[in-house]
Amino acid sequence: MATVLHKGRSARRSIQSGVLWGVSILALLLVLFLVVDILWLVVVKGAAGLHVTTFSTDTTGIAGGLQNAILGTLQLILFSALIAGPIGILGGAYMALFAGARSARILRFVSDVMAGVPSIVIGYFGYTVMVEHWGWGFSSLAGAISLAMLTLPYIVRTTESSLRQVPKSYYEGALALGLSPTTALRTVLFRPALPGILTGMLLAVSIGLGETAPLIYTAGWSNFNPTMQLFKNPVGYLTYVVWTYLNEPYDAAHQLAYTAALLLVLLVLCLHIVVRVLQRQGTDPSQTRS
Amino acid sequence: MRRSRLWGRLFYGVTGFSAAMPLLVLLVIGGVLFYDAYPAWRFQGFSFFTGIDWNMGNMYANGPMTQNGVQAAPGASFGILPFIVGTLGSSLIALLLGVPVAVLTAFALVYRVPSRVAAVLSPLIELLAGIPSVVYGLWALAVLAPFVEFQLGPWLATLGHVVPYLAGPVGTGLGMLTSGLVLGVMIVPIIAATTRDLLLQVPRLPMEGALALGMTPAECLRFIALPYIRRGLFGAIILGWGRALGETMAVLMISGNADNYTPPNLYSPISTMASTIATLLDSALTDFSGMAVHALALIAVTLLIITMLTNLFARLMMQLGSRDIGVEVS
Repeated sequence: MATVLHKGRSARRSIQSGVLWGVSILALLLVLFLVVDILWLVVVKGAAGLHVTTFSTDTTGIAGGLQNAILGTLQLILFSALIAGPIGILGGAYMALFAGARSARILRFVSDVMAGVPSIVIGYFGYTVMVEHWGWGFSSLAGAISLAMLTLPYIVRTTESSLRQVPKSYYEGALALGLSPTTALRTVLFRPALPGILTGMLLAVSIGLGETAPLIYTAGWSNFNPTMQLFKNPVGYLTYVVWTYLNEPYDAAHQLAYTAALLLVLLVLCLHIVVRVLQRQGTDPSQTRS
Repeated sequence: MRRSRLWGRLFYGVTGFSAAMPLLVLLVIGGVLFYDAYPAWRFQGFSFFTGIDWNMGNMYANGPMTQNGVQAAPGASFGILPFIVGTLGSSLIALLLGVPVAVLTAFALVYRVPSRVAAVLSPLIELLAGIPSVVYGLWALAVLAPFVEFQLGPWLATLGHVVPYLAGPVGTGLGMLTSGLVLGVMIVPIIAATTRDLLLQVPRLPMEGALALGMTPAECLRFIALPYIRRGLFGAIILGWGRALGETMAVLMISGNADNYTPPNLYSPISTMASTIATLLDSALTDFSGMAVHALALIAVTLLIITMLTNLFARLMMQLGSRDIGVEVS
């Protein structure tokens, strides 16, 4: 037994341990470096092209502003949230409140699998069915529905888990006090779960914001401001600018791509900060009861 | 009272329908894609997966030719082996580089960094997951491609006489290696965040017991924590892999979009299945016989099946993994 506790061996073990932690710290630093490098590139190069006119003029063939793309992105996101939001929240409510353990597990599984469907597959589906077969053309509705399909599973899952965090006894107590089931649902279950549900919606929005693949063949692209028309009118969006204007052989076009990327990153950043704040509120019990 | 019961029933029905929506959508997408892809399967058969040529045929011919009972432009042939190789190759590079970095990052975040610092760093890493994929593409074009072209590539190519696949020419920096690198960066936050959550849920007592018995911290990790999180970790890795397989835009921007050959070395331009659907849909629409669009649908079906299988497997593993720890891991 004495040989097991030999000095050389114990030294080797502590060196092994040290090496592992050294490498871990290096990995962490590498990841942080990558985050900073990406943000730095986008901020430095993007800010150079940021003017007031960026927000007030439309894109042209080579450059121009981003007004149409910003408004188009907002329109697509708004429409997709209007479609996926109610369905996702109601679906999540069913899974948290009514579904048995087994069916809830299956439904959860299905929405997890759906979250993994590649966005280009959804884009292809949207193109062949909505744009071509139903004859909607490149349109805001086709784009919004594609985005909604993409974001629905996230909303369902976050709604379900935030409703599940509310103790069932609250609901039962409310019923015992004579509240009708619907009122009890609204006041006792949904109100404390609201920050969580909102978090899910915002996350879904930030996912939709960054998507390109499902939109190329459904929303198309337009150099003009979005009309509120649902059909036959293509819409512009920011991610498209990043993708295509980078391939143009003009500096002005490259600049526009970087500026669009900066706006995207800023929007995602804002959403993440809001989500953080909401999450902190959600986990604070003194806040959720009010 | 009656009215409220009616409302309750209505609520139950509407929510139930909404909850079934993901399943319905998934079934409809699958059904439509299969229906769309079937003619291409009849036309090409199994050589769809083994063929190297993607050729829509002679678009100026007088009429379509008929093969296996379906019509396509004369000379058409649809083989997606190069896209399969590109997809697998780039995603495996991503796993090879991304997984160790992600797992080690999670180790550092949980065990080495003071929890106050970790509370600041974790959101930063999660932000990495939220960055749009076109921005990754932009970054890869501006930073990664030159790095591969002038530094990493030439250095790796000197190892070419040991491993022939590493030999040059390095090319422009747009190709498989760069695609793999950017995919690797993209899957790091997914795997790191899940691993961190798993590690945080490893029960404290056995860890402290092991330390008290004289194990080094690294041995505690290896022999106590890792067995707890093994399956969950495996699930997270497969989940990241699924994400890399289906990624479109970042790859589209830096892969070089090559077709009709299998990449001869690590730096050659490639296409993946996902990026091919995005690039070729435009031109496929000019096929008067419509077969090219069917062939793209078959790619989409293949991609859908592969990603669904990886996801299914990953989720199963993660569920089993959370049972190992005894807590639900989202």
